[in-house]
Amino acid sequence: MPQIETFYDVMRRQGITRRSFMKYCSLTAAALGLGPSFVPKIAHAMETKPRTPVIWVHGLECTCCSESFIRAAHPLAKDVVLSMISLDYDDTLMAAAGHQAEAALMDTIEKYKGNYILAVEGNPPLNEDGMYCIIGGKPFVEQLKMAAEHAKAIISWGACASYGCVQAAAPNPTRATPVHKVILDKPIIKVPGCPPIAEVMTGVITYMLTFDRLPELDRQGRPAMFYSQRIHDKCYRRPHFDAGQFVEAWDDDYAKKGYCLYKMGCKGPTTYNACSTVRWNEGVSFPIQSGHGCIGCSEDGFWDQGSFYDRLTKIKQFGVEANADTIGLTAVGALGAGVAAHIAATALKSAQKKSQAANAAKTDEKTEA
Amino acid sequence: MDTEIVTIHVPNPNAPTPLEASRKTGTARPEDIESIFYKTSVYVYEVPVRLWHWLNAAMIFLLIGTGYLIARPLPTMEMAEATDQFVFGYIRFAHFAAGQVLTVAFAARILWAFFGNVHSRQMFKLPVWNLRWVRELIYELKWYLFLVPEPRKYVGHNPLAHAAMFFFITLGMSFMIVTGFALYAEGAGQGSFYDTLFGWVLGLVGNSQRLHTLHHLGMWSIVIFTIIHIYAAVREDIMSRQSMISTIVSGWRTFKDDRVE
Repeated sequence: MPQIETFYDVMRRQGITRRSFMKYCSLTAAALGLGPSFVPKIAHAMETKPRTPVIWVHGLECTCCSESFIRAAHPLAKDVVLSMISLDYDDTLMAAAGHQAEAALMDTIEKYKGNYILAVEGNPPLNEDGMYCIIGGKPFVEQLKMAAEHAKAIISWGACASYGCVQAAAPNPTRATPVHKVILDKPIIKVPGCPPIAEVMTGVITYMLTFDRLPELDRQGRPAMFYSQRIHDKCYRRPHFDAGQFVEAWDDDYAKKGYCLYKMGCKGPTTYNACSTVRWNEGVSFPIQSGHGCIGCSEDGFWDQGSFYDRLTKIKQFGVEANADTIGLTAVGALGAGVAAHIAATALKSAQKKSQAANAAKTDEKTEA
Repeated sequence: MDTEIVTIHVPNPNAPTPLEASRKTGTARPEDIESIFYKTSVYVYEVPVRLWHWLNAAMIFLLIGTGYLIARPLPTMEMAEATDQFVFGYIRFAHFAAGQVLTVAFAARILWAFFGNVHSRQMFKLPVWNLRWVRELIYELKWYLFLVPEPRKYVGHNPLAHAAMFFFITLGMSFMIVTGFALYAEGAGQGSFYDTLFGWVLGLVGNSQRLHTLHHLGMWSIVIFTIIHIYAAVREDIMSRQSMISTIVSGWRTFKDDRVE
């Protein structure tokens, strides 16, 4: 294996002072939810460990993950992309193109067999033998499988790679399939979101490089440090939720006062992500802070849950789209009408029985007479 | 046809054993039949079963009410600053507390099935392999469709009621308990007691909103059961040949006629 510089070497070479370096270590420790005692450990790892090669492949996607990633503030994407990790292949960010780029990919796989991290943005379509997404003249699914074969671990960037996102939404004509359903034999970290938060992305990579292992994952395979709580659990508008103070219409006084957006269909209570704590664009804001409910972009199948403004999933099994309340109320209404009709029928039937009995008694009397 | 009415109170060694339908569908024990001979009534629902029934009914009403308000909150109230107002919090607390009580009561009810009489076990199993049971189920359905002049007598639940109990309460309520705790586990947090026990449900459903929707649909199924249950109980009390409402109050089933079947 060729000699690779350590992260620290590269950082220093790039003109980053020791002071800035230590600041970065503390920020990263904080972002990962680690105590101050981990700062020297991160610094030590950075100073001594060779950089880890990363191959970043793109399937069916919109590049919003990359857009988010290069806007990371802590640590700066420049540091991550250019210094910390050696991003050996990323057809969107790399200078090389065409045959040169594909050669770089083969080169990296060959050189770092079993040591590189494969980052997947987007997902492979499987219909028509994967012809809906062609990279370098071949279906993306082939490139993905080839790159995955010798990868140490795989990161599924965004809702596309993790769950399928919009291209996998019903009826999913290209059969876009999330990475973990195509690659079955590698550890996969899902970093969902559309896109994921930049600091979350860099945080995950930094953790893997520093500690040389996968971060702790939750049941759905997402890094627990960023995805173990719902937006709702840490939302700054939560006190209004508990108080029962809700925005009732987009332009009402309650909206101005910043009340809870639950009634406007905010999906914070059903969405696992770090938006309400890490926020976006260097912690400037996040959707709820700017007055719009969460749309649940980091949840499995978020395009197929009905409107962004509904808190209940649309149910399509009955031919027409309906929500649970429409179905429930219809069923209860029909049942109520049925019960009323049944009561009427019962009453008529027993009235009929009585009059028949009376008639029979009369005829009996007559015959006796 | 022999029109002579054979009653159960006149000693008649030639008369058939009464309540054949009830016995053959597993809801009448020999001692129940014995009881009818000398007391004209049968002790069916023991104290724990009746207590559970009424506690469960109260909790279900509380859960439906608070649950609906959680999904469709009351209009915004501005009684105080958000820090000093906890309206929605109390509604949610009532829902969670009622859910906990309902669960503990249901667990106790399951436990009682091991110690109580045969009637305390009836709602936990469905004898679909018993062809007589299936026939009587169809007969009971015919009674509700006005196709037969009168229903049969039963010591325990009739097959139709038995099926309703099994699907809506035994299965339906278990579903509500499991999905309810899975939702509660989300708030309790990963690694919590509830998450350890019920966190797998969210993984199975895949999406928290879908889980909420399933729990919500479950509520409607319980509402439907409640309507059917109350209507059927009142109707059976008036129209059928045995007591209904007083039975779940006192535990004693009385019959309106003395015919053997």
